[in-house]
Amino acid sequence: MPKERVGLVSEIPPGSNKVVTLRGREIAVFNVGGDFYALLNRCPHEGAKLSRGIIVGLPESEVPGCYRLSRPGEILRCPWHGWEFDLRTGKSHCDPQGLFTRQYKTSIEREAPSPDTCGDGGLTAETFSVIVEEAVVFVEV
Amino acid sequence: MSVIESPRTGAATKADVGIIDCDVHPLPQHSKSLYPYLARRWQDHSEQFGTHLRQPFINTTQYPRTAPLICRRDAWPPAGGPPGSDLAFMQQQHLDPFHVLKAILIPLFGNVASERNQDFARALATAHNDWQVAEWLDRDERLRASLVVTQDDPVAAVKEIERCARDGRFVQIMLAPRSSEPLGRQRYWPIYEAAQAHGLPLGIHSYGIGGHASTGGGWPSFYMEEHYATTMGGPAVMSSMVMEGVFEKFPALKVVLVEIGFAWVPSFVWRLDRLWERMKGEVPHLTYAPSDYVRKHFWYTTQPMEEPARPEQLRRCFDWLGWDRLLFSTDYPHWDQDDPSYAFKMKLSPAERKQICRGNAENLYRF
Ligand code: FES
Repeated sequence: MPKERVGLVSEIPPGSNKVVTLRGREIAVFNVGGDFYALLNRCPHEGAKLSRGIIVGLPESEVPGCYRLSRPGEILRCPWHGWEFDLRTGKSHCDPQGLFTRQYKTSIEREAPSPDTCGDGGLTAETFSVIVEEAVVFVEV
Repeated sequence: MSVIESPRTGAATKADVGIIDCDVHPLPQHSKSLYPYLARRWQDHSEQFGTHLRQPFINTTQYPRTAPLICRRDAWPPAGGPPGSDLAFMQQQHLDPFHVLKAILIPLFGNVASERNQDFARALATAHNDWQVAEWLDRDERLRASLVVTQDDPVAAVKEIERCARDGRFVQIMLAPRSSEPLGRQRYWPIYEAAQAHGLPLGIHSYGIGGHASTGGGWPSFYMEEHYATTMGGPAVMSSMVMEGVFEKFPALKVVLVEIGFAWVPSFVWRLDRLWERMKGEVPHLTYAPSDYVRKHFWYTTQPMEEPARPEQLRRCFDWLGWDRLLFSTDYPHWDQDDPSYAFKMKLSPAERKQICRGNAENLYRF
């Protein structure tokens, strides 16, 4: 799988991202506490640029009135309608069925989803493998 | 967050026919941007007293903190100012890439419909209209305006309509659905008479507070409920206007429900029809069944688009409402805006897409 250079680790401090266009696809590479994750820079819902979203945590609750925030800094919220994606997997957190049951497999998809889909497949932001070598970030596309 | 971006590409291709966007929100650059259009007296009033709205918790907002100013996070202009305040950026981010042929401005800033000081409200309405002309319409010929009026003072509202209508670029009269009284009441009829006389539809956008809680049962706890509650003004407007006989009195009046949804309409009107069959003696001034008035007099903007789990159900909803009744809107720059390429989760034929994204608005607003 071809490896494309994204940039220096130092260019993407924790909590930030860098957008690159590789093979005609815009990819956003996020630094999550020192780990790098790459997503297609297009929300599977209506196409907003995920790079412009904010990074939040995941509020969880067993019963009303009792909340805790888990996984701070690991959830990306789309800048438009606020769908949330797990930066580590690209999986959506906006689907209540999928929220905690992990029914979507973590996967690295290589085909762009069709823009019209909003079914199960449409709930996942496309992810790419990231390789960091000697302070340089690469993505496999 | 470091962001390096290439220009938006590809996404708008399906809407290449060009769209008419029936709901775009312009904002003043800052709190004093309307001062050039306000008398000194009202500038001072703004400084010293500010607005006096019909809502509790006066310095709070119903807007979510997660989406500041209820706007898309990517819509803050790089040159500063709030989303919707920078025409050049709006052109670059929205009007050009979405192929917007015409965009109808709906200014919500200032909440004129909810201002309790009616003298101030009148001044604000006029200022909003002059501001739209000078800073928007005159600077981009794709833009059209909504005529801001004080609905609680119909005499002043009619004066403002007379003053602005001759410009030709005001395409509808803007009212708030959460009004002081249900909008069918005769106190509002002078506005409808003027609207009919000038051939201007009413654009009733889900804003305004009107002194009432957003639900019949009071104030909800969560923003999610508040967001949905904007729809609740819709049935109130529709039943009141039909039952009070507004359309008997003003048979050419057209009403556009903006950002109030549309999927609730069929079931609501079925219910009205059944009730009317049983109790029409109470409203003998009605010649037709409620559904007849609704089909003849109401239009709906599409955003936020209903997204049923089975997208094809939307088609049945459109069939009932009438395909000629749906007007595409994005709600730019608000967070829940719709992209015309992705908003419809069901398949539309090119002709259907063109009708909703463009043709219906051309007919209604005579573009
Ligand atoms: S475009 Fe991302 S949530 Fe709608």
